[in-house]
Amino acid sequence: MTRYRAAPLQSLRKVPLDAFLLVYHRASGITHLVEAPVPEILDAMGDTALSVEQVRVRLAERFDLEDGAMLEERLDELAAAGLIERL
Amino acid sequence: MRHATTLRIGPVGFRIGSDWRAPLAVLDRLYRDYPRPRDDVADFTVRLEAVRPWRRFVRPSVRIAGDYMLADAAPLPLSLGLLAAEMGMNLQMALGQRRWLLLHASAVERDGRALLMTGVSGAGKSTLSALLMARGWRFLGDEFALLDPETGLLHPFPRLISLKNAAIAVAEAALPDARFGPLLADTPKGAIRHLIPDARAIAAMDAPVQPSLVLFPSFGHAVAVRPVAGSEAFVRFTQASTNYVALGERGFDALTGLVRDVPALAIDYPDTQSALDLVERLWREAAR
Repeated sequence: MTRYRAAPLQSLRKVPLDAFLLVYHRASGITHLVEAPVPEILDAMGDTALSVEQVRVRLAERFDLEDGAMLEERLDELAAAGLIERL
Repeated sequence: MRHATTLRIGPVGFRIGSDWRAPLAVLDRLYRDYPRPRDDVADFTVRLEAVRPWRRFVRPSVRIAGDYMLADAAPLPLSLGLLAAEMGMNLQMALGQRRWLLLHASAVERDGRALLMTGVSGAGKSTLSALLMARGWRFLGDEFALLDPETGLLHPFPRLISLKNAAIAVAEAALPDARFGPLLADTPKGAIRHLIPDARAIAAMDAPVQPSLVLFPSFGHAVAVRPVAGSEAFVRFTQASTNYVALGERGFDALTGLVRDVPALAIDYPDTQSALDLVERLWREAAR
């Protein structure tokens, strides 16, 4: 089963700016400009390797998820961007 | 090189070598009141080279070289040697500067605080900075603003002000006592004439300034003002900085600090007079 793990906290420098979150990824030197739900997903994942379902459960504890089906797509996008790892 | 000169603009020292004396004679005249590099050590070297040895004499053609070079830069005729030197210095800054976050912006100072103006080429940032200088603002630079990642202060880089086409006559009329370089009629960008920053700008070029307002001017529309969110300003500045990526986390911290702390506005203007009135009105409102 595919699992995902967010980049370690110490490898990210995060600065909230109006509706966005600016994320500097130290490992790659790339700056990311992200908006909801990306900051929420990264927060929910912490530093644990999780399946899509486990991420969904963690998010559901904090938010009303209207469309949980999109989550896997978001996780794959974040993996492509390098902010999370696909295990 | 056969000929060489040195000069300092703000904190940056340059050594310019040349196969010909003529471009350096013009540079020496225009940069007459500028200091030499600190301890006589230049940060960057620019070379104005003949394309071939015999091309020093036959249809002399200047290739811009230096510590940092663009492989496919077209050579310029010797009559545009001054432009070649200026482009060479800009190129060293754009490609080689690592100490400061380089913002492609003009900047002026009033009451100890700086106004930054940035935008696409032709937005009028050089012209506006020159005309604000004519109105008593301290000129900090028309091309690069140097943001210090350590302090968040802007360091002046008051090189010669590069006026293009219609802006030349406008600046000549607004600054009748100013010193200008030769009119360069047929450059790749049309007519160019360099304006020498006033004595105050040169004398105070080592004094950094706290940035206080950012404007994104856009020429050719009716007067309009729109607030620019920090995130949009951030993206625009990363596009207007040649060394943001090279500076890594220092650049990230410097730029997020700037857009978080300094308000930004996009302004449209139909002519320079309304632009100047608008800038000074927005400046007064921002100071309140």
